[in-house]
Amino acid sequence: MAKRIELNVNGKAHTVEVEPDMPLLYALRDDLGMKEPRFGCGLAQCGACTVLMNGSPVRSCVTRVDSVGAAKITTLAGIGTPEKPHKVQAAFVEEQVPQCGYCLNGWVMTSVALLDKNPRPSDAQIRDALSGLKCRCGTHMSILRAVKRAAQA
Amino acid sequence: MTLQINRREFLSGTGALVVSVLLPGARNAAAATQASRQDLKPDQLSSYISINQDGSAVGWVGKVDMSQGTEIGWVKIIADELDLHTDRVTMVQGHTEDTVDQGGASGSTGIWRAGLALRNAAAEARLTLVEMAAVKLGVPADQLAVTNGVISVKGTPGKKVSYGELIGGKHFNVQLEWNKKYGNLLLVQGRAKPKTASEYKIVGRPGTRRRDIAPKLYGTAENMVDVKVPGMLHGRMIRPAIAGAVPVAIDESSVKNIPGVKVVWQKGFIGLVAPREWDAVRASRQLKVTWSDVQPPFPDQKEIYNHIRKAKVMKRDNEQNTGDVDAAFASAAKIVEATYEWPFQSHASMAPACGVADVRADQVIVWTGGQKPHHCRDGVALMFGLPEEKVIVHAMVGPGSYGRNDSGDATMDAAVLSKAVGKPVRVQYMRHDGTQWDPKAPASVHTSRAAIDKDGKVTAWHYESKGFSRQEFFRDEGTPERTLAGQLLDWPLKPVWLFGPPSESYKFASRRLASETIAPLLDRASPLRTSHFRDPVGPQVHFGVEVFMDELAVATNTDAVEFRMQYLSHKNDLAVVKTVAEKANWQPHVGARKQRRGDVYVGQGLAYSVRGGTRVAVVAEVEVNRTTGKVWTRRFYVAHDCGQVIAPDLLRQTLEAQIVQTASRALMEEVKFDNKNVTSVDWNTYPIFDIKDVPETIDITLLDHPEQPPYGGGEATVRPLSAAIANAIFDATGVRMRQLPFTAEKVKAGLV
Repeated sequence: MAKRIELNVNGKAHTVEVEPDMPLLYALRDDLGMKEPRFGCGLAQCGACTVLMNGSPVRSCVTRVDSVGAAKITTLAGIGTPEKPHKVQAAFVEEQVPQCGYCLNGWVMTSVALLDKNPRPSDAQIRDALSGLKCRCGTHMSILRAVKRAAQA
Repeated sequence: MTLQINRREFLSGTGALVVSVLLPGARNAAAATQASRQDLKPDQLSSYISINQDGSAVGWVGKVDMSQGTEIGWVKIIADELDLHTDRVTMVQGHTEDTVDQGGASGSTGIWRAGLALRNAAAEARLTLVEMAAVKLGVPADQLAVTNGVISVKGTPGKKVSYGELIGGKHFNVQLEWNKKYGNLLLVQGRAKPKTASEYKIVGRPGTRRRDIAPKLYGTAENMVDVKVPGMLHGRMIRPAIAGAVPVAIDESSVKNIPGVKVVWQKGFIGLVAPREWDAVRASRQLKVTWSDVQPPFPDQKEIYNHIRKAKVMKRDNEQNTGDVDAAFASAAKIVEATYEWPFQSHASMAPACGVADVRADQVIVWTGGQKPHHCRDGVALMFGLPEEKVIVHAMVGPGSYGRNDSGDATMDAAVLSKAVGKPVRVQYMRHDGTQWDPKAPASVHTSRAAIDKDGKVTAWHYESKGFSRQEFFRDEGTPERTLAGQLLDWPLKPVWLFGPPSESYKFASRRLASETIAPLLDRASPLRTSHFRDPVGPQVHFGVEVFMDELAVATNTDAVEFRMQYLSHKNDLAVVKTVAEKANWQPHVGARKQRRGDVYVGQGLAYSVRGGTRVAVVAEVEVNRTTGKVWTRRFYVAHDCGQVIAPDLLRQTLEAQIVQTASRALMEEVKFDNKNVTSVDWNTYPIFDIKDVPETIDITLLDHPEQPPYGGGEATVRPLSAAIANAIFDATGVRMRQLPFTAEKVKAGLV
């Protein structure tokens, strides 16, 4: 049975009426019309659906929408804009990172969370923090350059 | 409704001799449903170049930049010929109503072929504009100069006219010489000669930024998955547990608790739609289907290479036979022979494919994230018996595509579902649709033999490939039977038996090259059907060739670089090998050095190959864990010669990514299957490189030849890479890797 669920996304309150066991990803994309988090596997194996929940990266494709509660959800568009970019976004643009860019939510949101906790990570710490994300185009070398650039910004 | 953003609104301006009707693509988003334009002709300048009212230019191309920066390559080429700043050139790509069929993204021909067509067209546009200005300003054309789209009289800069004033908002009405070919081979030429190398100010220099990147970072880019059409239903497909089984009964009551579900069952095809996406997902998991009882179609995976060796040959291509190979072997002092094996590999695109189709009685609109929108149009038109102009295909940015991935299947599935339910349908494949059921890169076996005479000279080389077809159902979705839906709907199959030869310049006294293609394991709707995956069969063929050359170097007591210097005949091939050896600080040696550094063995390996006009040499530097056998490709050195370089910075990035993707294929990727079906269904069962696996550095040297035409850069480095890694593993450990992937288990087995 569909249920009314309140969500706080990018600082705005929303109400959706959905199956409670539906993944958050479908609520964000289909009910709230957001384009940023994307379906890549539905299995928490790739990271394309990553959003921040109270500042920590989560895979919205396996996060039940009724488990979110009052947590603050932040999407890629919620961390910065072309006018006021987040330093991670700016660094990814500067390094011209993506090819298809489908995977970017995972890399960017996880990097944002990493730099919040550890503003000057070593190369090994960057690789550790980003481990588990997928990029099929193989843009990893650019990603590593961009995260280092963001850490130095 | 979402559409590509680079369509330009056009307002008609004043007429002129060379001007005819409104420009192509002169529609806004809502106009997508209007009848297709009638004036899109391959021999018309206006089909490739137009000038906006503000004097900026639009390039129209029947190809698609698969997000490797090809768009900027086109922009630079056009801007240089037209004497315009790059920020005043935009591209319209792939839309079937607006662009001539130039083959879509295919064969690394974006710059190599379409770039040349656009260059010739832009040169003709500039000549035409200068001639118009000469009339308008009343001075001979040779007294005019062009600066950023403004034509002025030399010495009298106040006497001027702009591109926009001359023709802005109108078509050129200029005929070009067209080579009467569509697709990759399409070429056009006007009276104008393009500039010479020394005149280029933009081409060959870095710095023009990609336009697709910032929107991707700020969440404003339109992706295929974002397409929403009013009234659209969400579709999901149902596939059998045993490949080849077809539905015999469907229990629709099994999904009756889910609102609005409609099941579409036609012959072997089953999908379903629902108004809400999550409901379609749930229903696809819940629907009870009884499948036909079929024999499991596949052999034990351990037997796949034996199967290939023994399989009936559907077609043999004797590709080269020079010199007296048999005599050379008969009189050889030594014969070297080895066999190399390549597994099935999956595109495993970043996301499983998505396609949207709105099929109506007299018109179809399709949105595709695939590489070949014109072929998508042709296939859908044939499926429904419509003339091709009744099918409009919008090219969208998808989740990466490096060949014939699952996109062509998803769009056709969406079209079949849409036709059946009478509403627009969006099919979003699930992960298993993308990994288990996508077309695969063919598995193959390669046998190489060489005769060495008493002086240690290689006198004969005999190389044979045998494998599944590089295009069992061709290389695109241009006819229904090339798609899963078409195969499930019983369209007659038209298999193409094709593998392919090596491409190199070894000057052995005699040589014999041949390839043999075998039939698929399951001929219809197989999860192991084979088609193009980035440099189709190139990596397979050249893995065998270049590991074998390493083995021959050892057999002839020669350093691997020296071996190439002795036998390669093309000067540019010698140059890439010499360059990469210098860059990698290559130390001449014969055989495996087995150098240890702490817990690891370290080694370097070389490989080289040619693709089209592009020549690549690679040195891989690996570390092999002495205990586990795990290989890390720590460094790569690449020397890359693709003729004239258009955008060096973007080329470097696409080479880097190409290397990472291919190293992943070499070290990790093998489609697993049991006798019933493919068992690689997701990222756990089809692992690819993690960021912990990628190299520390990739050192790229571009050997630019501005006086030559540009060749392709999107695939050539795929070709030699696996052999370079295998040869480095040999240098490090003495273990010869003759079968992909180079897993820790395989290396470790060789270490003990």
